[in-house]
Amino acid sequence: MPETIEQKPPKKKLVNWEELSRQIKASQFYKSMFRRDYKDTPRNRALAVIGNVWLHLHPVKVRKHGIRYSFTWGMGGISFYLFLVLLVSGVLLMFYYRPSIPEAYHDMKFLEFDVPFGMFLRNIHRWSGHAMVVTVWLHMLRVFMTGSYKPPREFNWGVGVVLLTFTLLLSFTGYLLPWDQLALWAVTVGTNMAKATPFLGAEGPFSIVDAASDVRFALLGGRIVGPNALLRFYVFHCIAFPLIFLVFLSVHLWRVRKDGGISGP
Amino acid sequence: MEHFIKILSKPDNIPIAGMVLLVFFYTGWAFVMAIRNDLRIKAGKGPLELEESGLKVDVMPHLLKREFIAALVVTIILVIWSVAVNAPLEEIANPAVTPNPSKAPWYFLGLQEMLVYFDPWLAGVVFPTLIILGLMAIPYLDKNAKGNGYYTLQERPFAIFGFLFGFLILWVAMIFTGTFMRGPGWNFFSPFEPWDVHKVVPLTNVDLSELLDIDPKTPWYVREVPGFLFLLLWFTFIPYVVALVKRAFFAQLGIVRYWVTMFLFLFMLLLPVKMILRWTLNLKYLIVTPWFNI
Ligand code: HEM
Repeated sequence: MPETIEQKPPKKKLVNWEELSRQIKASQFYKSMFRRDYKDTPRNRALAVIGNVWLHLHPVKVRKHGIRYSFTWGMGGISFYLFLVLLVSGVLLMFYYRPSIPEAYHDMKFLEFDVPFGMFLRNIHRWSGHAMVVTVWLHMLRVFMTGSYKPPREFNWGVGVVLLTFTLLLSFTGYLLPWDQLALWAVTVGTNMAKATPFLGAEGPFSIVDAASDVRFALLGGRIVGPNALLRFYVFHCIAFPLIFLVFLSVHLWRVRKDGGISGP
Repeated sequence: MEHFIKILSKPDNIPIAGMVLLVFFYTGWAFVMAIRNDLRIKAGKGPLELEESGLKVDVMPHLLKREFIAALVVTIILVIWSVAVNAPLEEIANPAVTPNPSKAPWYFLGLQEMLVYFDPWLAGVVFPTLIILGLMAIPYLDKNAKGNGYYTLQERPFAIFGFLFGFLILWVAMIFTGTFMRGPGWNFFSPFEPWDVHKVVPLTNVDLSELLDIDPKTPWYVREVPGFLFLLLWFTFIPYVVALVKRAFFAQLGIVRYWVTMFLFLFMLLLPVKMILRWTLNLKYLIVTPWFNI
């Protein structure tokens, strides 16, 4: 037998997507729903971005290396998405939560046992919060490893550090709100540090204040983690810090574009 | 082992386990990308990113597609996670009952772990402040123009070593220690050792002046001279020697930038130095004054 060169048969696709999409678009149902088809032209691709207030955060075109997961890991975007999830689930939780003692704790029980999907809501808010801390750290690691803090992005790196700080502060203030043992003692341990602030902490070096007027008192609205602290942390967590975060986030995303898009060689 | 799994599977510790895995994965990934680029640069081809950074693609659909997929994957993970694991809720807060150990939220456990080695004003106030300011200062201190916008190790070894040492060893590993190896009384337990509430660790730590046999009754400003001298030399002599050895580095930065860089780096190194001194010499404080101890 003469040797034959084995020829690979052309790969047979399981589904021919292009053909399928053409068929759907030609169907009566589709045509009745979308009155007019947008041709896939460069102009329409650009209009899809420019003509939409949300997509408008993006430029029309970006450099190709910058959209790869292998380059950015998508971590900045994922952090942003988690923040949105936290915003929505947080607003829903606020309907069921009163920042007073002991109502706060009972509201947690109410969410768990009586509110439809209440436990799921609490879970998704809690786990997104934890996850966001991790993704922000990974985003910072990526930005460092690609040297993206170098000119002209020095300032945006600094804005990022502020965002990181507020991510941690948001998570920390949220920790107290369930008003259980875990919450009380984690926040007690955390805020005890403020006592030791030089000059402005009651037990810090060169203290010039007492326990009723130091930074810890200002933070807690009292000498102990009590009702005033719960109210303060609630206001910080639900209003003050998210607002501050959003201001810096707007600057951050705007600067990514103004600094020339994702960094590259 | 059973004990380790019990702590590991506490709902609030799942993110820590996830974080450790992700940090390993992504650090490894960055190294793979960097080494590949370094080989290409050596061969005169330039980093891999260069092949595509000259090309432009439409955001719609190429970037939006990727964003959509990422959002979808994250949503699926969150939903599965939230169905499978319930957020814990313990007994109602009770100021009269202190749990042992009392732990800060997991992302602050690196700082709480630092309390073993430094007083609260350092571990809880000065270190966090310097971490935030130091991070912000990085772009203004690193004058190396190379390695901007692509992965590389060769072109910026000092920056990457310094950052990863701080992030991986002093931050992530300390969080791991604080979570899994600190039990009642903040005593150290190896990961598989059950937490014994009655474990007693003798407190035999001594101050530097005691190690040097200085009479404790001498006034503090005499007694503590060795400690002050140590810190003074730490922040002046070491930068001086490094500047002599690494002349090009010093010249590139200029004296102010150079010293600020060294100060931040050496401040960070105080932590491992104090840890090692504690483990080897049982050192408690370098300096003891009526107002503060270091
Ligand atoms: C809540 C936190 C944050 C959010 C939502 C966020 C969001 C983003 C997004 C969406 C991008 C686009 C590129 C990408 O996804 O990688 C980006 C880029 C960037 N981020 Fe963040 N970020 C956050 C925190 C930080 C932190 C902590 C740092 C650094 C300390 C930082 C520094 C930067 C820099 C320098 C860029 C430009 C990177 C480049 O051009 O390659 N960001 N950020």
